[in-house]
Amino acid sequence: MPVELTLIHHAARVALLILMAAMFLALYRLVRGPNLPDRVIALDLIATLALGMIVAYAILTGQPVFLNAAVILALIAFLGTVAFAKYIERRMSE
Amino acid sequence: MTEWISAALLIFGALFMFIGALGIVRLPDFFTRSHAAAKATSFGALLMLLAIALHFADPWIIFESLLVIAFIYLTAPIASHMLGRAAYFLNLPMWKGTHIDELRNRYDPEKHTLASGGEGE
Repeated sequence: MPVELTLIHHAARVALLILMAAMFLALYRLVRGPNLPDRVIALDLIATLALGMIVAYAILTGQPVFLNAAVILALIAFLGTVAFAKYIERRMSE
Repeated sequence: MTEWISAALLIFGALFMFIGALGIVRLPDFFTRSHAAAKATSFGALLMLLAIALHFADPWIIFESLLVIAFIYLTAPIASHMLGRAAYFLNLPMWKGTHIDELRNRYDPEKHTLASGGEGE
């Protein structure tokens, strides 16, 4: 953790709090979502929120290496969503 | 000065992501929800990645964050389109206020094909 907290660190903390609240909203839709596609977009949204959290955390700790994790997360989330869409479409046509 | 801009970008990016999450909870059907989830959160991610590029001001970090921005803006529409297509085939219920369905009667369930405009009118 940084020794002295400057403006940007407070901003990163506030951003983390906002993203945490957003994460709970997305989790609500993931659990409740009446249909499978609703759950899939909630999952996609959670991945994007996690990307934002990684960015805020990288600023908070002053460690830019965390950005590599954000790159990988963006790649994986896209692949997961496409795989789910393919699965929904194929399951329906059988 | 850059610190203020970077902090503002960070907060506004988080707020846009929060609005996207709010939309995914509050909006009435899948198609409107996917609209909230894809656009608002992509823009929030753009703002947050600009914030980190501005904060570290390192060439490699700037390149990497621009790479992630480009990737998000290339893939989010594709993922939304594929999911929307799959959801349309599933016949998910639409909100009662949705009046325009341009794909109605254009889908052939036996052959699993979707006729586009201009043919078979």
